[in-house]
Amino acid sequence: MSESTVEALSCQELVELVTAYLEGALSAEEHARFEEHLSGCGPCQVYLEQMRTTIRLAGRLTVDAIRPEAEQELLETFRSWKRR
Amino acid sequence: MSTVELRELDALRSGDEEAFMALVRRHQAAMIRVAQIYVSRRDVAEEVVQEAWLGAFRGLERFEGRSSFKTWLFRIVANLAKTRAVREARTIPFSALRTPESVPEPAVEPERFRSWDDPRWPGHWASKPTEWPEHRLLQSESLAHIDDAIAALPDSQRAVITLRDVEGWSAEEVCNALELSETNQRVLLHRARSKVRGALERYFDE
Repeated sequence: MSESTVEALSCQELVELVTAYLEGALSAEEHARFEEHLSGCGPCQVYLEQMRTTIRLAGRLTVDAIRPEAEQELLETFRSWKRR
Repeated sequence: MSTVELRELDALRSGDEEAFMALVRRHQAAMIRVAQIYVSRRDVAEEVVQEAWLGAFRGLERFEGRSSFKTWLFRIVANLAKTRAVREARTIPFSALRTPESVPEPAVEPERFRSWDDPRWPGHWASKPTEWPEHRLLQSESLAHIDDAIAALPDSQRAVITLRDVEGWSAEEVCNALELSETNQRVLLHRARSKVRGALERYFDE
């Protein structure tokens, strides 16, 4: 991309930049292009919101509880280490 | 290291069982997931994690706190899991973790966009995403679909999205524990999140 003519992003390009955008990893120029496209594109706003929702919902997953036998085994290991 | 970690470490060194079990409950599930990047069987991964705790106890005296305790612990898990995988001669594409597959994996199917020679809107949405029904988002069935979508991901993508989005780790912590570059961590996360979003979309559009 030449510096003089900053080309607008397409939707297909934008969806590939969403994670970098959310991570704050875009250059100032890329960031500006991203937001410029976003401000005028309803479907991309919906898309970005869906990615945010996906992240938020993933954070609500509960991690598998540890099996009681495994917990007991670990505690035994810890105790035998302590006795050394 | 944070003061909380320092306090936990002291408790651990003095043999405090409560402190130990608190650590186990906090990290065990993620440790198993990290082990499963290398050894896919759940039971083997659990053995690796048991071994890792033992390794951690033994190394506790020598641990100097140059990295966070968490990073140190997860490195032990990853290293033991790698060794175990090699011993079991499972062919592991180690490179798959460091370098995401070079085959492009578009975040959204290319068919959803207008073609590049479209006279007016090249590369713009042909089949637009539509807003998801707010009231269905938090239903357990939606969460179950996310869980399934994560489980179906390639190992390295699953590990990264689990640590980042399920466990809430920072990018830096994931890079350190899995010895990934910032860029590769981001590519793996992007591919993983994009696929999970796609799975949710298919579910809501049913």
